Amino acid sequence: MSGWLSAAEWAVIGLSLKVSLVAVLASLPFAYALAWLIARRRFPGRMLLDAAVHLPLVLPPVVTGWLLLLAFGRNGPIGGWLEQTFGITLVFTWVGAALAAAVMALPLMVRAMRLSIEAVDRKLVEAARSLGASPLRAFATITLPLSLPGIAAGAMLGFARSLGEFGATITFAANIEGKTRTLPLAIYTGLQVPGGESAVARLAIMAIVLSLGALMVSEWLVRRSGGSRAHVL
Amino acid sequence: MSFEVRLTLRLGEAEVRADFASDARLTALVGPSGAGKTSVLNAIAGLLHPREGRLLAAGRVLFDSERGIDLSPEARRAGYVFQDGRLFPHMSVRKNLAYGERLAPPAERWITCAEVSDLLDIGDLLDRRTTNLSGGEVRRVAIARALLAAPRFLLLDEPTASLDAARAEALLGLIERIRDAMEVPILLVSHSRAEVERLAGQIVEMA
Repeated sequence: MSGWLSAAEWAVIGLSLKVSLVAVLASLPFAYALAWLIARRRFPGRMLLDAAVHLPLVLPPVVTGWLLLLAFGRNGPIGGWLEQTFGITLVFTWVGAALAAAVMALPLMVRAMRLSIEAVDRKLVEAARSLGASPLRAFATITLPLSLPGIAAGAMLGFARSLGEFGATITFAANIEGKTRTLPLAIYTGLQVPGGESAVARLAIMAIVLSLGALMVSEWLVRRSGGSRAHVL
Repeated sequence: MSFEVRLTLRLGEAEVRADFASDARLTALVGPSGAGKTSVLNAIAGLLHPREGRLLAAGRVLFDSERGIDLSPEARRAGYVFQDGRLFPHMSVRKNLAYGERLAPPAERWITCAEVSDLLDIGDLLDRRTTNLSGGEVRRVAIARALLAAPRFLLLDEPTASLDAARAEALLGLIERIRDAMEVPILLVSHSRAEVERLAGQIVEMA
């Protein structure tokens, strides 16, 4: 198997997995918190928040990447602050690619989690409260475990979306070999050079394998969490 | 005083009013569907907030709009048996029973899991999942779960609804035993006249 792909191609896959995993794991708590806020709280600006979360889903990815560049670029308000305070540069780095992937994956993650939080009967939370549970304990023992299938589904969707992210990544993090050239960017690059077709085919097969793998892992997680009635999608 | 209830509740367009006091061990709340009986129970449990009024159960003020008192549901220590059971679907019967028991201060517990299993005849159900219990079994487990949380008062919402005659009779006998043996005032919502007359020391009509 290792002979089937070149070292450079393995590096592309390793980078893609790293970027996608970090994007999903780092945004998971935010996504769940947003999903919970939108599903369970009524506050002024809720519709606006919902719309803002969904924005990357409807915007051209290149626009999202450009907005990230404005905000997180070296001269951007957040990017400049990060660089001066922590010495962290996001532009043209794999962390930047992970940020772009996370922003693009966020709407899908929030959607899946929100649906599963809304499906948790509030009456069960009320029952937990009347049995003596604080709001936090009722959340941790009722809402959170019962929305686990949605968390798994959201994580899987987010991972698949991150793995395939192209437009925002190439705009914000660029296409630098070994640093930000993820699977889709490598496939795109392969198509630009003469004789790159066989590399493209190999990478495309790997993309299919990884995406199917993510789907199967999350199905397995859902089943193991006892959600017999729960389906990932 | 077992219960003292004076409240005005707003439910969408409708308004529910209740005004009664009872010193009976078991007080029954009767009235036509839609009179707001369950809403009164929800308000006493702290799950609905009255516009104004005063709620007192087992000698303790739970809500008083004039004095700005509004205890959280968990601080009210209600043993609320919901009409729909509301067992936690991701936990076994045993874990459902332990849920409130674990949260109750040990010194205030007045019944053990073994006693309650015996009383309600649910010993065989402990390791079952709650999703494949019958209606009567759900009701009994819900009552057991409420008793184990060491409540200071009990709220029973139509406990015999949708049970066959034999099951209903057994449950009524059980409520009588709880009423006579335990020092917790009970507020019962029911639409069955016979049931109410048999159990209640005081009957409150809601229009």
